[in-house]
Amino acid sequence: MDLTTQSTLLTWTVFTPALGLAAILALYCLRPILRLSQPAMDQAARGIGLLASIAAMGLSIALWADFDGGSSSLQFIHRFVWMKSWNIEYFVGVDGLSLSMVVLTAFVFLAGAIASLPWLGKLDDHHPHFTKKRVPGYWVLFLLLETGVLGTFAAEDFFLFYVFWEIMLLPMYFLIGIWGAPTRKDPDGRTRGGPYAAIKFFLYTLAGSVLMMLALIAIYYASGPATLADGTQAPHTFNLVHLTAQAHAGTFVGAKAILGIPFVHIVFVALFLGFAIKVPMFPFHTWLPDAHVDAPTPISVILAGILLKTGMYGMFRFNLQIFPTGLAWAAWAIGVIGVINIVYGAFVCMAQKDLKKLIAYSSVSHMGFCLLGLAAATPQAVTGSIFQMVGHGIVSPMLFLIAGVVYDRAHTREIEGFGGLAHKMPEYAAITGFAFMASLGLPGLAGFVGEILVFLGAFSAQGGIFRILVAIGALSTVITAGYYLWTMQRMFLGPFNHRWQHLWDMNWRERLALYPLAVATVVLGVWPTPVFDMVRETVNGLLAALPAGM
Amino acid sequence: MVSNLLAIGPELALTATIVLVLMADLAIGPRRARRATLLTLSVAGLAAAAAAFALLPEGPTAAFGGLVSGDGLGVFFRGLFLVAAFFGIAFGALSDEVPEGRFGEFSALLLSTTLGMCFLVQAQNLLMILLALELTSLPSYVLAGFRRGDRRSSEAALKYVIYGAAASGLMLYGFSLLYGLAGTLDLARIGPALAAKAASGSVAVRAGIALAALLSLAGFGYKVAAVPFHQWCPDVYEGAPTPVTAFLSVGPKAAGVAALIRFVVVGFGASAASVPAGGLPWPVLLGVLAMATMTLGNLAAIPQDNVKRLLAYSSIAHAGYLLMGVAVGTPDAIRAVAVYAPIYLLMNLGAFLAVLAVRARTGSESIADYRGLGGRAPLLSVCLAVFLFSLTGLPPLAGFIGKFYLFASVLNAGTPFFYVVAIVGVLNSVVSLFYYARLVKAMFLEASPEAAPAIPLPVPATALLAVLAIPTLVLGIWWSPLADLAARAAGIAG
Repeated sequence: MDLTTQSTLLTWTVFTPALGLAAILALYCLRPILRLSQPAMDQAARGIGLLASIAAMGLSIALWADFDGGSSSLQFIHRFVWMKSWNIEYFVGVDGLSLSMVVLTAFVFLAGAIASLPWLGKLDDHHPHFTKKRVPGYWVLFLLLETGVLGTFAAEDFFLFYVFWEIMLLPMYFLIGIWGAPTRKDPDGRTRGGPYAAIKFFLYTLAGSVLMMLALIAIYYASGPATLADGTQAPHTFNLVHLTAQAHAGTFVGAKAILGIPFVHIVFVALFLGFAIKVPMFPFHTWLPDAHVDAPTPISVILAGILLKTGMYGMFRFNLQIFPTGLAWAAWAIGVIGVINIVYGAFVCMAQKDLKKLIAYSSVSHMGFCLLGLAAATPQAVTGSIFQMVGHGIVSPMLFLIAGVVYDRAHTREIEGFGGLAHKMPEYAAITGFAFMASLGLPGLAGFVGEILVFLGAFSAQGGIFRILVAIGALSTVITAGYYLWTMQRMFLGPFNHRWQHLWDMNWRERLALYPLAVATVVLGVWPTPVFDMVRETVNGLLAALPAGM
Repeated sequence: MVSNLLAIGPELALTATIVLVLMADLAIGPRRARRATLLTLSVAGLAAAAAAFALLPEGPTAAFGGLVSGDGLGVFFRGLFLVAAFFGIAFGALSDEVPEGRFGEFSALLLSTTLGMCFLVQAQNLLMILLALELTSLPSYVLAGFRRGDRRSSEAALKYVIYGAAASGLMLYGFSLLYGLAGTLDLARIGPALAAKAASGSVAVRAGIALAALLSLAGFGYKVAAVPFHQWCPDVYEGAPTPVTAFLSVGPKAAGVAALIRFVVVGFGASAASVPAGGLPWPVLLGVLAMATMTLGNLAAIPQDNVKRLLAYSSIAHAGYLLMGVAVGTPDAIRAVAVYAPIYLLMNLGAFLAVLAVRARTGSESIADYRGLGGRAPLLSVCLAVFLFSLTGLPPLAGFIGKFYLFASVLNAGTPFFYVVAIVGVLNSVVSLFYYARLVKAMFLEASPEAAPAIPLPVPATALLAVLAIPTLVLGIWWSPLADLAARAAGIAG
């Protein structure tokens, strides 16, 4: 396999946000010399942040335009030796799976960037708004997060992947903690709010990633010799392409068991847990409602739209690609937990009083489909799972933006407290209805395609258990429809609650963030082919290595 | 003879500096530029000591009939101690806890401790180890009680002396038993002698070897503040002047770890890869000690409200991580310890420098007074956050690289016991995040109290902060030079 450097376009895409970050920092340091006032500095930071997000979007589209969907091998490879002493390479490249996530990342971050601006629309001046708080810091962290996420999807060296994976943690901690909801006491007297949610998120994900670090080291020492980018031989490797080839040739089957558990199984589990916390998989999902609810709107958008996908992406890239036998071993368990995610998430949504919390739990439910698709491991199911990642990656940002719209005006998200809002905010009611329909899987919209493919694919999977799982999962769509329609009814229909006389309808900032997502939802709902074309060969390549009988 | 003297060139330079500093201290009298003069003199002395490394004899040649070893481990750590001493003295010059009139005294004591540490890491002989340990300890007792009028400082010194005396007493007893059993004080010959003794000896002999080893361990355990010899640590760190605390948390700790490596790996030939002499299960013993140390350190750090106490427990936890490497004892693991120690020095000194700067303005070490620091002292707060997250071990910061080396060596040991050690170790990192993040949370996520003062940073402090923070960032993505140096240090067992 040819792994020589082909282009630096992907590196540019990954580090464009970092360039924006550097520009903001440089400007901040030169502020006294340039005599920038604080408002001017804030506006400059916003401008640079927005520009960097737009540039990353442009570059990711350029990648897509040049991408050859007919090949399952890596493209846009950029590779050189980074740290000789550990045979670590800087190695980035994309296949269909990575590219779909890179484009989605740039798209969602752009929507998040627009939602982070106090421009083009009235803001309630009586309440401090997060878009006006420590602005340069916000954008520095925002752009660092974008580089971390893009790098995670682009990295093809395990060590590099791990570094990018961990880079995502710090900015997220601060973005939730500083710009999120202030600390408050909940009705039971427990401390909640941004700082609590931030550290909970941090601890959960770090617990997962330290296990991943152990797996990383164990895999490295069990790996065989490989050729580095500079042509020298190395006794071990972090190179994912080499690791995959070695794994399929049986290198890890003979590796020494750890604590009495076969090597492949224990490494599979350690990696899987690290990713499962991020997905989040039941029972590791409890950080999610706190983090999503108490994060500021754009950060909830990014959390739901992209951060959850990094977990699924890891499962595809590592658990499926490198350890297909491990996946075959654990498939039924993953399938069962996936369906628990779907059903449990849906029922919990039913009980929510807070709109944002409802949307947060709906993510738990929807990510269950991705898990089920991965477990079934048929071409249809895996394609469906990836499509569900894209679909949820477009729809859930819409939902969080919608929750933000009403919260910015009413400063509450209590579903019961609204009523008849459609009279006052017709456009908002319409887009909310649209997003709810997309999320509950209405045919013709993006949410439907992934779900139906997962169900079809899983139904045809080996092992009778998947038919039962599909049956249970399919029933849950009724519950999903139930909670969305019920919420719709309580918020927008019925007599108008005159408490909300002062609310106003959508403004241009919100439209600019929401409508591109809505358009994408419709386009991918009726014409999902672009995504299928992108991932088809990649999925076939991933599944080719599965043991027979899966 | 000349080559013998050249072998301890850095130590001779240090000794000369100590004498010069003391004499200059007397000669200058109460003149205005007293601190600056003495600081210049001390730093010049350290530079001379560093330059003396160039004159070291080629290759690992033992000097003075095998009393000191000239191997890579010693050279590496001696260099590290000079760096630690530089920062200790520089911190002392910045801090108001060291009055100008007593700066010479402070500097001389700190350099004496450094001299002891330098001898400790290269000592190849039991007696030499004991003497070097005492030379390290005695000045540091005085340093801990440097603020004579302060009750906490005096209490710290007293506690330090009592624990220190007990620990060196135990160690001395252990050494005497070892001498009796092996018939030699030379570390290089103790291993084979004990092995022969154990092979032919009775149960009583084996028990004697075990007792001797455990008693000897007390001295090292005390220096590195390992459980169960750690109790002095929080009180001393809290009570001692901040520059002294900063120095004690990195210098003597690293010296203890390096000396322990020599004692266990060279003396007993113990590593996870080979059966140690005398049949003592060193790897398991030290591994259990490491797990206990890091777990206790991390758990006890969680409820602390005083930053220096918090960092004291954190330093206990880090001693645990380092001991993990000592327990494995392979060249890999020694390299990992040698990578970790300088990185730990950077980030821990950095954290203490921030504590020092905040204390200088607010007079407080309480976490509550760090609230809103991010707004009042942005550069200082960002740097402190970098140091704290590096201590947690998050990429792309240097602390991650250190931890990566350590955990890689532990996993590479390949025994079920060390798999457990690795898992306990990484879970400990997660726990440690919680208390480091408490400080970060106070700085950035909480609002300043009313009338909280701004914290201006003097230029020298900013420069020192940069000197510590930049490598903490750079070593996280480019650590080849450090890895090469560390590999040379690990040459002893490989």
